[in-house]
Amino acid sequence: MQPMDYATLRERVYAGKLPNGLQVMVLHRPEYSRQFAFFATRYGGMDLRFRGEDGGGWVDTPAGIAHFLEHKMFDTEDGKALEILAANGAVDNAFTASHITGYYFEGTRGFEENLRTLLSFVSVPYFTQESVAKEQGIITQEIRMCEDDPENAVYYQLLESMYAHNPIKTQVVGTVESIAGLTPELLYQCHGAFYRPGNMVLCVAGNVDPDRVAAIAEDVLPKGFSSAVQVDLGQPEPPGAVRAYAQRKMPVAAPLFELGFKGEPAPEGGRLRQELVAQLACDVLFGPSAPLYRRLYEQGLINGSFDCYYSTAPGCAHIMAGGESRDPRQVLDEVLKEARRLVGEGVDGPLWDRLKRAAYGGMVRRLNSLESICIDLAQAYFDGDDYLRFPELFQSIEREDVQRLLECWCTQQRSSLSVITPVDGTVE
Amino acid sequence: MGGPKMERSHKILARGVELAVCRSDQFKTGLLGVTLAVPLQQQTATANALTPDVLYRGSRNYPDMECLSAATDQLYGAALGPAVRQRGESQCVSFLCSFIDDRYALDGMALLEPAARLVGEVLLDPVTEHGVFRRDYVSGEGANLADEINARVNDKRGWSIYRLTQEMCAGEAYALDKLGDADEAVGMEPETLWSRYQQLLERSRVIFYYGGSASPDRVEEAVLQSFQPLLHDRQVQLSCQVVAEPDHPVRRVTEEMDVTQGKLAMGFRTGGVTMGTELYPALLVCNALYGGTAHSKLFQNVREKLSLCYFASSMLDTIKGLMVVSSGVEFADFDRAEQAILDQLEAVRRGEFTAGEHTAAVRAVVNNLVSRRDSQGQMEDDCVTQLLSRGEWTAPEALAEAVERVTPQQVAQAAGMIRLDTVYRLTGKEGQ
Repeated sequence: MQPMDYATLRERVYAGKLPNGLQVMVLHRPEYSRQFAFFATRYGGMDLRFRGEDGGGWVDTPAGIAHFLEHKMFDTEDGKALEILAANGAVDNAFTASHITGYYFEGTRGFEENLRTLLSFVSVPYFTQESVAKEQGIITQEIRMCEDDPENAVYYQLLESMYAHNPIKTQVVGTVESIAGLTPELLYQCHGAFYRPGNMVLCVAGNVDPDRVAAIAEDVLPKGFSSAVQVDLGQPEPPGAVRAYAQRKMPVAAPLFELGFKGEPAPEGGRLRQELVAQLACDVLFGPSAPLYRRLYEQGLINGSFDCYYSTAPGCAHIMAGGESRDPRQVLDEVLKEARRLVGEGVDGPLWDRLKRAAYGGMVRRLNSLESICIDLAQAYFDGDDYLRFPELFQSIEREDVQRLLECWCTQQRSSLSVITPVDGTVE
Repeated sequence: MGGPKMERSHKILARGVELAVCRSDQFKTGLLGVTLAVPLQQQTATANALTPDVLYRGSRNYPDMECLSAATDQLYGAALGPAVRQRGESQCVSFLCSFIDDRYALDGMALLEPAARLVGEVLLDPVTEHGVFRRDYVSGEGANLADEINARVNDKRGWSIYRLTQEMCAGEAYALDKLGDADEAVGMEPETLWSRYQQLLERSRVIFYYGGSASPDRVEEAVLQSFQPLLHDRQVQLSCQVVAEPDHPVRRVTEEMDVTQGKLAMGFRTGGVTMGTELYPALLVCNALYGGTAHSKLFQNVREKLSLCYFASSMLDTIKGLMVVSSGVEFADFDRAEQAILDQLEAVRRGEFTAGEHTAAVRAVVNNLVSRRDSQGQMEDDCVTQLLSRGEWTAPEALAEAVERVTPQQVAQAAGMIRLDTVYRLTGKEGQ
């Protein structure tokens, strides 16, 4: 495990790659009471079609399988794994996103035992017909809950309008129908393909010994070297959105909207930089310090629920903004107008300076959370970036970078609007 | 336990005005909070909830959101915002400001003093017209607050718990919405809000909190400089009515909405066990064992064994003495789920849990308590909650030690005092 120092942030990370291909990173935080461990695979809801290194053909899997697998990994043959974590008072959980699945625990005692347990239950699959059937009952309820969630609905409705092929638009949880046909065999096959050490990363933060972390990982996990699998994301995406507008009714108090601009995925090794540039573009275009935000707010077109962000996954990148509004179409019109103005007139100098300063501070504040930092380190590793280099990257970003992005992405043709309108009588 | 250096200090600045400081080098940031606490009352709830939103629209020196946001940008993107919290039957109006520690400022700037100045200005020196709040700010924020109140219905789980609490505690101040009333928010007049604001400043209990690397002396100086108008004696009575047991048969409320999944919320009284009482540590363990963790009886039995729901969990309000169980189920399974939830509570009452389950629950509570020192936000929240409900501020480690000593008999005893009061069901519309 090699130490890396990040002087500006006063951080030290120990990192190394095990012979089996697993990347291990330990953030040294001696002053924290808790330890947080995050074990993740580069596999999520969008990875539906894949081919192993073993020369087999393409395998097609149903929507929701990565998430289903995540639930099932908590079952072990002796059923003891979670009892060990529980006995130490540790809190464990997991999540599945479109392109990453992560398992974690946080605790204040029995760290090494907890870590062994985490690594073991995630790397050793155990599925039966019976346990798969039982999980279908639980996940059906989770899917129902998502179906009733307007935030989820407005988000996926937007992705479906924006993307023609990219599987980012597939619901991570799948549908009741898609998970109905899942079998233990299929789950074993996906586990074998994606849960190999070469496709995974382990990030730990807290007052722990980095060499012990590496030694435990080496001891618990499979030994042979393994590399990543190949995933098919479908045909290349056209630059424009598929549909400009989509809406549906749900029991909400006021219309909810999410608007999106379809962007271009960053080149290899340039993802973190693009993220910083795109986030600054969001701040310039519709952040609370920018003129448009105030105008929309004062006209009552947006309220405090308004939020904007950049997000990316393999083969796609986009800017989104949304919240509640009585007139979402007008919000989008104003945003497009403001983007044209910014491209024409350029970004105001003093505004630019303070937005950059604020963005840097925001990222420093985020480092308080062991959870955030481990997830960010893991994601950046999968993307080929070094997350804690962000202070240096900020130095290299100029106004022109942001203007170029706005000019290319924030156009009518690349935009789409998703709206959820209230059904009558939602509120008595 | 124990961990690295963390120094707490607590000082009375005037009667009803206190400063709590938790000094530590652990964090990348400093957190400064000012909280004004008053009894939660029908006549004042809406105005008190609306006031911080209107204040946050602009001060005399930063008269609009863009100026104010520019000011926080200059402080390296300090996160400044209003918060309205309910603690028992008190309504707490706060401004919280999180800013990077001086060590990370690229130009060597000191952040605490300007951050305190900004918070003080926003709270105490608003932009005005005709001697009161600006009319457009009041009407704009009134509409936003009404939207926020009405939007509670969007989150069906939260809605079911909210409705349960309203029904269960009808007639108690606890049932009032901490955000007030939507219609009243929309119709608020600037003059009315202004006079309520003056009362809030004059008659509330005031708690300043700081967590971060600065010394208590430096913090006190910054507070004295920036919040002078608040630093005078005041008399505030804050209390919370604890109903030990329901005095009626189980109340049942069922409502319909256009949903695909049913929501079940069950409200219990904890038999008078609240923060600071003798059985309080046992109640915390009881809740963890019963439904507070992913290893609890509710999760393991109602979700995992019976596969009845995606979630089933219990939570406590330790000031009011309530426990709420919340679950999402198919409409057809309401009765089975409710019975299963009650069966599990009965099992805890009878002491039907293993030594392993007991130890796990104790350690889960201890882990949660000890971990709180790793979060500035949680420490601020704990400090305000404790000072308001008990008048003293103790390190979570002290409570953790008491929790370690809780016996299985005490857990069963705490469970035995819990009584079902009200059951709320949110179901689909007829014909679905």
